[in-house]
Amino acid sequence: MSALLEVRGLSVEFDLKDGAVSRVIDGLNFELAAGRTLGIVGESGCGKSMTALAIMRLVPVPPGRIAEGAIRLAGENLLDASEARMREVRGNDVSMIFQEPMTSLNPVYTIGDQIGETVRLHQGLSRRDARDRAIEMLRAVSIPAPEKRVDEYPHQLSGGMRQRVMIAMALACRPQVLIADEPTTALDVTVQAQIFDLLKELQQQTEAAVILITHDMGAIAEMAQRVVVMYAGRKVEEAPVDEMLTNPKHPYTRGLIACVPHLEADPALERPPLMEIPGVVPSVAELGRGGCPFAPRCAEAMDRCPQDMPPETAVGEDHTAACWLYSATEAAA
Amino acid sequence: MRLPAVIAKRLGYALALLFAVLVLNFTLLYLAPGDAAETIAGEAGGASPEMLAKIRKDYGLDLPFLDQLYLYLLKVVQGDFGHSFYFDQPVTTVIFENLAPTLLLVVSSLLIAISFGTFLGVFAARRPNGLLSQIITVLALLGYALPVFWTGIMLIILLASVIPLFPTSGMDSGPLGAAGFGYVWEVLHHLALPVLTLSTIYLAFYSRLSRASMMDVLGADYIRTARAKGLNERVVVFKHALRNAVLPVVTFAGLQFGALFSGAVLVETVFSWPGLGTLAFDSILRRDTPTLLGILFFSALIVIVANLLTDLAYRLVDPRIKSAARA
Repeated sequence: MSALLEVRGLSVEFDLKDGAVSRVIDGLNFELAAGRTLGIVGESGCGKSMTALAIMRLVPVPPGRIAEGAIRLAGENLLDASEARMREVRGNDVSMIFQEPMTSLNPVYTIGDQIGETVRLHQGLSRRDARDRAIEMLRAVSIPAPEKRVDEYPHQLSGGMRQRVMIAMALACRPQVLIADEPTTALDVTVQAQIFDLLKELQQQTEAAVILITHDMGAIAEMAQRVVVMYAGRKVEEAPVDEMLTNPKHPYTRGLIACVPHLEADPALERPPLMEIPGVVPSVAELGRGGCPFAPRCAEAMDRCPQDMPPETAVGEDHTAACWLYSATEAAA
Repeated sequence: MRLPAVIAKRLGYALALLFAVLVLNFTLLYLAPGDAAETIAGEAGGASPEMLAKIRKDYGLDLPFLDQLYLYLLKVVQGDFGHSFYFDQPVTTVIFENLAPTLLLVVSSLLIAISFGTFLGVFAARRPNGLLSQIITVLALLGYALPVFWTGIMLIILLASVIPLFPTSGMDSGPLGAAGFGYVWEVLHHLALPVLTLSTIYLAFYSRLSRASMMDVLGADYIRTARAKGLNERVVVFKHALRNAVLPVVTFAGLQFGALFSGAVLVETVFSWPGLGTLAFDSILRRDTPTLLGILFFSALIVIVANLLTDLAYRLVDPRIKSAARA
């Protein structure tokens, strides 16, 4: 399968107040084929959302900038594209759903206006046709009475409904790539399941490639075929989803998976205590100090871990991890 | 809540408020030291004690306070605001002659302050540390710090005296002036300095306000959504951000209309602008109580109407208000 979206050596830097530069994304690589879903997981603050903004080229400049790398969409490097070209890409070829449906819609325009705006912009539809398309999209995301809802304002809708509107808006131009940045974090659990079902269904219809950003391993298991685990702006492990869940290599990934509570265990058995990863994600100012950023929190850290950055190493078929546990032979050489 | 219901409720409040304004103003002016009868007699060139007593009786000034108040309210309800003994005309006639110039001054100042202020604020918000932002900050500081009458006098000295671009006072060039469009131009020419004086403070204020509001809105999630749609920056700023950012400006414009009106008194006095402010000022000096009471009443009325309009404007801009009560 050929890659629709290819991210190579992507680095994003931010200028800090004290004049220092922080590399919030460092040498990120991944690729994604049409109709497939890539999950990006990690704790808050490890660069997942910034990766999404970088692909849209919406990193706030200044203080941020995309320092190096390439983001190829169907062969075209988006980092070389003009701003005008990027405006054509955004919302049309690549669209995005955000974490906060409550605040991601403009409160002073009707949802019909906001969905219609995208198709009018990219497909030159008339106001009337755009409205029809908006109704059609609302129906596609299973919003009841779309003819009535289309003229309502965001505050008249519940959180789940608003996220459906966001999805309708994102998919209105049938984008090749959909980036869903924690699309269900702000919603309650039953609504989360509905939104994921909806995303899967629409993905099958439109053949869109989906990047699902989340810290929820359960969502990854349900949605994605492939997983990238990020920590402190770096990819620490990448594998197909089954392999990742059954055979995680990086201590961080193992920690993340161990943190998921298990419900399928025999209720007769005593439930083991819920795991946690000690410590916190390094702050922006602490990035780029050399060595593995996870070392201070890692139970298996060795002497060299805080000094040297572990390279990405093959740890199985189609499975890579960046950890000295698996690069020992190379390092000894 | 439905719009007619809202308007009905507001009108009810407005009537109660106007009643309170009438009673309070009448009481305050009654308590003010000085004898209206002596003032009236003074206009006539002095009078004997018998004449004073007759004046008091004719004008009802010898009645107890509550009787006077009752009579006044009764007349007002009938649309009669009394008789100005200085002009020897009904108060309503005197006021209506002066109302239009004041509204012209106040409304044009407000519109200029809001439109230019918002415009400057929006551009400053794009670069919070840029030159325009700094200039606006300094201007706002000056606007707050400079008293209106001082600004007015300085502008007269600079732009009417040293560089005689504008007339120093009045609203037209008198009976010898032009007619038709020439007259309109003449009035605009006279209007320039007073409006500049009155609008400066508010322009500074609104630019600060809209700058802060705009910066806030530009960081909102829905602005990121708008950018992610592929909209260009102009549409993002002027369609998606501005309408949200302008909400506090609308609120303050309504609240400050009253303050603007009192600012107009000073500006009109400095520029001899023939409006309600000048009339009010002169009426105080002349102890022309009926005229003063009438002016205070109409000023209150105008402020109340302005607030009502603000409320309606707010509903127009922000859909959340309409259904807040309905939901």
